[in-house]
Amino acid sequence: MIQEVGTTEQGDLVVNLGPQHPSTHGVLHLVVTLNGETIKKVEPHLGYIHRSIEKMCESLSYRQFIYVTSRMDYLSSHINNHGCALCVEKGMQIEVPPRAKAIRVLMGELTRLASHQLWWGAMAMDIGALTPFFHAFREREAINDIMEETCGARLTMNYMVPGGVMADLHPNFQKRVKEFINFFRGKLHEYDELVTGNIIFKSRMEGIGYLSPEDAVSYGCTGPTARGSGVSCDIRKLYPYEVYGELQFEEVTATGGDCFARYMVRMQEMRQSISIIEQLIDNIPEGQFQAKTKAVLKLPKGEFYSRVETARGEFGVYIISEGGTTPYRIKFRSPGFSNLSALDHMARGHKIGDLVAIMGTLDLVIPDIDR
Amino acid sequence: MFLKKYISDVFGAVRSLLKGMRLTGYYFTHRKEIITQQYPDNREEMKLPERFRGEVVMLHDEHNEHACTGCTACELACPNGTIKIITKFDITPEGKKKKALDTFIYHLELCTMCNLCIEACPTDAIKMAQNFEHSVYDRSELTKKLNKPGSKIREGVE
Repeated sequence: MIQEVGTTEQGDLVVNLGPQHPSTHGVLHLVVTLNGETIKKVEPHLGYIHRSIEKMCESLSYRQFIYVTSRMDYLSSHINNHGCALCVEKGMQIEVPPRAKAIRVLMGELTRLASHQLWWGAMAMDIGALTPFFHAFREREAINDIMEETCGARLTMNYMVPGGVMADLHPNFQKRVKEFINFFRGKLHEYDELVTGNIIFKSRMEGIGYLSPEDAVSYGCTGPTARGSGVSCDIRKLYPYEVYGELQFEEVTATGGDCFARYMVRMQEMRQSISIIEQLIDNIPEGQFQAKTKAVLKLPKGEFYSRVETARGEFGVYIISEGGTTPYRIKFRSPGFSNLSALDHMARGHKIGDLVAIMGTLDLVIPDIDR
Repeated sequence: MFLKKYISDVFGAVRSLLKGMRLTGYYFTHRKEIITQQYPDNREEMKLPERFRGEVVMLHDEHNEHACTGCTACELACPNGTIKIITKFDITPEGKKKKALDTFIYHLELCTMCNLCIEACPTDAIKMAQNFEHSVYDRSELTKKLNKPGSKIREGVE
């Protein structure tokens, strides 16, 4: 039993950060044991936003359960849907048309950009700079408008269906994405000018929250969190899905392992995403956007697993099918949960103010952790 | 050596701060960069893209006829039980019984705008409308009957 309030026998102060704390991005509850201002232990408490999504999926058909995963990691909802669609296609052995593959990758990279933009703004706000938040939301709005035009929604798109995408690209899509890329390239330079080189920001980030490559692997960290420690774990490179194998892009890694390294990985990933979009936007193959599928999808008996790289790390979908129209069991491997487990290790020995910086660079989305 | 590093650090710090402040100053003095929308005032000019999902509506033509056959494909496709279709039996001129739509009940409060019902509809009888201002004073107003009173199925739709 963890003590939740007061002082321990050793005279350490126990403080509750959250669940209603502005800098915990939602309902994350951290029980922090403090010696003076130094962190001795961080204990995350989960369960405040548990919606039993995995159980819900068991009563939904293979077309219906995809939309629920948008509600897990809502910032990269498109990529979550993508993972589910891939898993169903694997089970049904549906061949996705090349046009749908290209559209999926394009949308996924746009989602990654939008997610990283929001992370950048929110993290700078945690550190204490309010201006970047408005800058980030201005650019994110442009992506949201593109999504709204083609997918029909801004955040929970539900654009993926098993066998392709729900609708063809909007005629304006290519023009607007090119406009956005030109516009955003200049803004990325502004991001660097405003935050990356700032001396206050650097001194808050450098050397804080060190995570060694060995620890990153043993805690199961993925995504920019692990790549900031020099662990190569990009699913897009290691196990290429859709058209990622044919594209030229680099897996961004840094060796620092501290908050600043993780920050720089995400900043460079935005540039890589831009380059992926530029390679694809003029080379979208013609053809169908959706494969012909049966009206009722029935997965054969067996177990299926597929994984994708979301903006936060590896997202896995594991389906056990008994041959019916609904899954027997679904398990989601969410990146946020594993990344959060390393928080205690990273925060020990640092000041309480640094805890917010570490959490910011982990890019936590609470409904993803606690689904 | 130490002093030299210290002084260069101080100058570097001041330069980085001024760089950021210059950017802030630029936006402060350039009003054309403002992108804030004056929402309730610009309702007339604001146009949402045609694919935007606001709520499900049923299409009626000028003769008050719709294309819904009451096949309940949308009801089965909906993950949340948003749609409830009540059917009735019409008597055709030949004296046969024919299944037809009686009431199309749509619970807006349960709807997640996932578009699966529109995809499932074989006759394109329903579509997504663009209005998004859904707040009402009473929850019962969110339960809607989509087929208009007195409407009937269009000739030739099977």
